[in-house]
Amino acid sequence: MDINFSAEDLAFRDEVRDFFTTEFDASIAAELSGAQGTDYKGAIVAWQKKLHAKGWIAPGWPKEYGGTDWSSTQKFIYETERGLAGIPDVVPFGLKMVAPVIYTFGNEEQKARFLPRILESEDWWCQGYSEPGAGSDLAALNTTADYAGDNYIVNGRKIWTTFAQYADWIFCLVRTSKGMRKQQGISFLLIDMNTPGITVKPIVTIDGKHSLNEVLFEDVKVPTDNLIGEQDKGWTYAKALLAHERTGMAEVADSTRMLNSLKQRASVEVNGGNAMIDDPIFQMRLSDIEMELMALEYTELRVFASMAAGGMPGPESSLLKIKGTEISQSIHELQLQLASFYGGALPENLNADELGHDFAFEARGKYMYGRAATIYGGSNEVQRNVIAKAVLGL
Amino acid sequence: MNFDFTEEQTMIKDSVSRFVRDEYDFDTRRTIVESDEGISRKFWSMFAELGWLSVPFAEEYGGFGGTVEDIAAVMEELGKGIVVEPYASTVVVFGGLLAASDNSALKAEVIPSIIDGSCMGSLASTEAQSRYEMSDVATTATASDGGYKINGEKTVVANGGTANKFIVTARHAGDQFDRAGISLFLVDASAPGVEVKSYKMMDGQSAATVTFKDVMVPASQLLNAAGEGMDLIDQVMPQILMGLSAEALGIMSTLNTATVEYTKVRQQFDTPISSFQVLQHRMVDTFMACEQTKSMLYRGLCQAGEDDSAALLKTVHALKATVARYGRLIGEEAIQIHGGIGMTDELNIGHFVKRLMMINVTFGDGDYHQKKFNQLSYSA
Repeated sequence: MDINFSAEDLAFRDEVRDFFTTEFDASIAAELSGAQGTDYKGAIVAWQKKLHAKGWIAPGWPKEYGGTDWSSTQKFIYETERGLAGIPDVVPFGLKMVAPVIYTFGNEEQKARFLPRILESEDWWCQGYSEPGAGSDLAALNTTADYAGDNYIVNGRKIWTTFAQYADWIFCLVRTSKGMRKQQGISFLLIDMNTPGITVKPIVTIDGKHSLNEVLFEDVKVPTDNLIGEQDKGWTYAKALLAHERTGMAEVADSTRMLNSLKQRASVEVNGGNAMIDDPIFQMRLSDIEMELMALEYTELRVFASMAAGGMPGPESSLLKIKGTEISQSIHELQLQLASFYGGALPENLNADELGHDFAFEARGKYMYGRAATIYGGSNEVQRNVIAKAVLGL
Repeated sequence: MNFDFTEEQTMIKDSVSRFVRDEYDFDTRRTIVESDEGISRKFWSMFAELGWLSVPFAEEYGGFGGTVEDIAAVMEELGKGIVVEPYASTVVVFGGLLAASDNSALKAEVIPSIIDGSCMGSLASTEAQSRYEMSDVATTATASDGGYKINGEKTVVANGGTANKFIVTARHAGDQFDRAGISLFLVDASAPGVEVKSYKMMDGQSAATVTFKDVMVPASQLLNAAGEGMDLIDQVMPQILMGLSAEALGIMSTLNTATVEYTKVRQQFDTPISSFQVLQHRMVDTFMACEQTKSMLYRGLCQAGEDDSAALLKTVHALKATVARYGRLIGEEAIQIHGGIGMTDELNIGHFVKRLMMINVTFGDGDYHQKKFNQLSYSA
């Protein structure tokens, strides 16, 4: 057993590292922080355009549509380096979610119309799946699309729509036929956000920020050209996409970086004059997380190694999302514990320097928003149902 | 990158696996445990013939020339049968220390007898007060007639009753807790002044209190230079801990499989209890616990092949702590989900759990190793 990379792969790693070091500077990181007065959308789009110029914007896509043609090892190295460098992932809705559906199930006209603009970050996409009555039970969705000649007429409500306020397009699951099994009669529809009848209502989350929205559709006319694949077959396409969403969610590199930063802070933060990292109980809490992460790193490597060898990932792949999110949440918890009551202060009319603990705002925000990690992408309870059925045969 | 066992390792793994499946069912094991010696000499000879006893030894002594990966491969399969024959104490611990020592005369004399099955051995290091600190040694070795005279008492020495030879930790310099001044001596169980009182342990294995009263040992029986015994123990300990953890992994996966299968056949409220979501989620948690333990073991096996002993040491401490935590989770869940039948001595479940419990307290429990991990990771 070994985890050695080939000389070519190591050279690739150096190239990725170099690129990230030279191109991703502190000013981009500051703009992406979401702090007051920053321009998240402008900054992430600018960064994505840099990645596109380098040819690295869509490692997961087939070469013919603008992918990188990287080996699975190279993709793994790229993701690891990105996480370790603290660089945010690309906004997934266009590049990682709708694009694979378009190039897999869409027609030639749709590919030519949408894929280049996704690669160039010209269109911002959002995901219209969840509804007030359809969360983990996604197939219970009620938004309707009635066929009317050249158009569908869409009525209903989508919810928890991340960054709908920035979006040019939304991909939706809509009900086109009734009276059959609830997974049937669903269609996959692309909708221009500027169409009359669409209203976006902000939802402020418990971290005090606005990234989620409710999207209302009132007699929205959508050209039938915007239907992906066949009518009533949308569930099949969506399931393929969900499988895509659920891989690569262990985020080991990101958690490793966060944990290192937490240790760094714990050596500066004091109680009674003693560094928190020297406190034996705090050390136990740290190592509870660190040991779990050390194991998860190798679980991820095991999954990756079997895929690189051309096989299917083994049953261990199914735990990546659950363990990955549990670990990232436990890091957030300990970070907020370290921030103590300083972390309760809000940044409205206070800056971090005045507070004396510059990580405290972020610690609170990360903890609060981080609760979502075990809810989205198939809640961890749903994930356990999936493992029980698919792996344990229960 | 590669996480597969080699063809050779797979062959030996399969051979142990076949033995456990075809020859070592639970009733056979029970008969062995209840016998006078508590082990099967017949099976031990078979282990020798199949080459299992030669795994960690160099080819110049007739060994297989294996690595810790080979040891782990064998131990995992032995765990699946909770095999009570003293493979860990003789081959992995006693043999491992001997193989790493620089006393070639001693190695040439003893290793072939381990390989052919005629010598069982054990490390006699633990004392009534020592708990997990290997360097807490009150047993003394005083220079005498060009050799050493050993006095002291070792308690709960694994397989002490059947061992022909002991490797004894004894102090000839320094205070009770000093690392320096401890030597490792090879001592015959039949040497004058050695007294062995054997007893059964809860995992079906046996242990002994071994008393040394003015036992004369020539200097030629020193494993390494006098006073440097702890260095040798530290050198071999990662391999020992990975071997025991591999055995634990075999037990954990067996318990999980047995529990899942049981829920599919056990009917309550007119339905198999496997249909209850509360049980499904708990079995998913034990499945994940087992996979994470396996990953941590593989991390250690990969690092053992690299030249970074600091990283390896952190990993083996984390591994033993993980085995403790998840071993307990899996053991307790197996009993709970089996319900009343899980409480019975008749079913094998409790016996697997008791072996896991003993592995936990062998060479440091979870808290001991987590504290060591913390010292390596967070102390300035």
